[in-house]
Amino acid sequence: MHKLSVLAVVGVAVGAGVWGLGLAGWTRSPAPQGGATITGKIKFVGKAPPNPVIDMTEEAKCKAKYTAPPREQIVEVNPNQTLADVFVYVDSGVAASYKAPAPAGPVTLDQDGCRYHPHVFGILVGQTLAIKNSDGILHNIKAKAVKNRPFNISQPGVMTSERTFATREVMVPLECNVHGWMHAWLGVLPYPFFSVTGTDGTFTLKGLPPGTYKIEAWQEKYGTQTATVTITGSETKTHDFSFAAK
Amino acid sequence: MSGAGRDVPGAVVSLVLLLLGAGSAAPLAGQDTTAGKRVYVKWCAGCHGDTGAGDGPAARFMLPRPRNFTGAVYKIRSTASGQLPTDADLQRAVDDGLPGSAMPAWKGRLSDAERRAVVAYLKTFSAFFADTSQHVTPLTFSREPSSGGGAAELKRGRQFYDSIGCRKCHGDQGRGDGPSAPTLKDDAGFPILAADLHQNWRFRGGRTTADIYRRLRTGLDGTPMPSFSDLIDQKFLTDVELWRLAEYVRSLSPADSAEVRDVIHAPRIAGPLPVAPDDSAWRRVERYWFPLVGQVIRKSRWFAPAVTGVWVEAVHNDQALALRVSWDDRSQSPDPTWRAFEQRVLETVASDDSSTPRAELWPDQLAVQFPRRVPDGMERPYFLMGTATDPVYQWRWTSQPPRAVAGLARGIEQFDTVALAPATQAVYDHGEWRVVFTRALATPDTANDVQLTTGRAIPVAFFAWDGSSGEHGSRMGVSTWYFLALDRPTPPSVLLSPIVAMALTLGLGLVVVLRAQRRGAGV
Repeated sequence: MHKLSVLAVVGVAVGAGVWGLGLAGWTRSPAPQGGATITGKIKFVGKAPPNPVIDMTEEAKCKAKYTAPPREQIVEVNPNQTLADVFVYVDSGVAASYKAPAPAGPVTLDQDGCRYHPHVFGILVGQTLAIKNSDGILHNIKAKAVKNRPFNISQPGVMTSERTFATREVMVPLECNVHGWMHAWLGVLPYPFFSVTGTDGTFTLKGLPPGTYKIEAWQEKYGTQTATVTITGSETKTHDFSFAAK
Repeated sequence: MSGAGRDVPGAVVSLVLLLLGAGSAAPLAGQDTTAGKRVYVKWCAGCHGDTGAGDGPAARFMLPRPRNFTGAVYKIRSTASGQLPTDADLQRAVDDGLPGSAMPAWKGRLSDAERRAVVAYLKTFSAFFADTSQHVTPLTFSREPSSGGGAAELKRGRQFYDSIGCRKCHGDQGRGDGPSAPTLKDDAGFPILAADLHQNWRFRGGRTTADIYRRLRTGLDGTPMPSFSDLIDQKFLTDVELWRLAEYVRSLSPADSAEVRDVIHAPRIAGPLPVAPDDSAWRRVERYWFPLVGQVIRKSRWFAPAVTGVWVEAVHNDQALALRVSWDDRSQSPDPTWRAFEQRVLETVASDDSSTPRAELWPDQLAVQFPRRVPDGMERPYFLMGTATDPVYQWRWTSQPPRAVAGLARGIEQFDTVALAPATQAVYDHGEWRVVFTRALATPDTANDVQLTTGRAIPVAFFAWDGSSGEHGSRMGVSTWYFLALDRPTPPSVLLSPIVAMALTLGLGLVVVLRAQRRGAGV
């Protein structure tokens, strides 16, 4: 009885091992799932130029969605003197063999109140971008891609259109020509190592395997800054960026 | 070892696939790009540039700019928005040209082989054409519904024009004067005009209803004009409804192309002249189209005239002449909402000014030009506003202040008003100016004022300025000399002769019939 159970355990273990090997064979090279994190803040020094006020007189339906006159989102300074809407991503250093996990679902870009939500965002190569028109008035959505093929589609009512991007491109400008103030920025990457700062100005790049990475922070007006960060295990490393008013 | 064994057939398969792929797609293999390059360098590079970046020496004088081939983004395609054009799409642009732009038709100028070769060559400017993962599939276009074109269908088309927001850019009446129009830029950041839908002969992709339908399906890549195909896919609009819209857009332009005729016939009417721009009498008068081109002879030259032509109608009543000039203009200048657009136009279109002129709130203007005296022969003063020794007589109208004067022009720079100005009435209506000039045929100042007489070919020319496009002074649209002919009062003999002729015919006919009857009775 005792011998038998030992045998059974051994058998199961061997079976699992064989199955595991088989699985490894199927997926060829399994993604080196890293456990490291790079995080940091996007600090801002100086006084930002005020974002231009948007004149929505022509679009009463959008104008009605605001209590205060809406502004463009060119430089968004947080109360803690950090910047929102900064796209931080791993520019280089990711092994060519790295296979990104399948995207969880589509990324949604919403046109609401004649503004894009989000204003800056990232997407995986091949991941579906769902472009939603919540306003129910005419928008056109134009992706001025250069490495990917561009597109320009009309959405004259509440509807959702889907598109994908075939290759890495940072950043793809998105715009509406009916409403000249509507701009969004899209970073297309083959791996999920990107982050957009929010109201606290922090970014977090998770799940990095060991390696030396060049990371870049992109801001709509102030351009890019880069840093090199080396990961050895599953630690969390901090690197802050600082942009100055021009 | 087993791994290597597995890889060998894999490699063979990939190689075979690669060869097959190369064979079927044959992007450039088998096409002679050396010959294409020769043609390109000789005929195309002047505008499109040696590297195909749309930056040849002539490019900076053009609006719209020549195509930049390096991005492989093309306006006129049969494919979905964002897809590459087919070879046939590119061939059509080369063969037939792009109306409303500087791109001429090359069919007839270059041989079939040369035109095919240059298409193959211009594809080498972008890596996208060699990328076999690119889908290049023409959209399936339905046939034009046979039921279309009636009043009810056009009304439906107009409803979609409103409901899907065409008016945002193209304006309420389709003259490209919508609220978003002053903000429009192309992908390179150059100012771009929303198409004037009343001038289908300037549509890049063709003037027919089917051409318009195709542009709605594909969009014009690189411009603000989007594709409407998603609307059909999502059942937001049916395919037939999109055809209705295309039919409506087509109906805004004249049924026949605007043909240029040299002589304006001014019929003689009894009683008062239609002095108001919207007098119903104008509907009964034939209208004449005269194209305008940029003034590129004298400094400062102007290569992008905003007013592409004028429609002219004229009537007289033996005492006075009423001349109505109508033209499309996207803005009622001076208009501050177009000022940023004007600045972009001035920065984009090179001239021979020492520095880029600053956008100012110029008015819209129109000039009608006559010689001082109607010549007996073909000799006429210099068409470009006369010369110091041989001046021309002009009516000059401005939108601000809203008035017209008459005077003598001695070249572009010198204009001296005369005592008697023409009476004018003007309306600006959704992107169109309609101005009526009225003046007595004979005036006291016979030395300076042209004396308008019936039955003569009176030389006439037109000049137009759109203030919101930075047009002022020598920056203007000009026409060549045409003629105005005031119909003579009909002499009684003209009325009598048909009666005489009819009576004679009738008499002869009777004789023939009577003779025939007599002969018949005799048998």
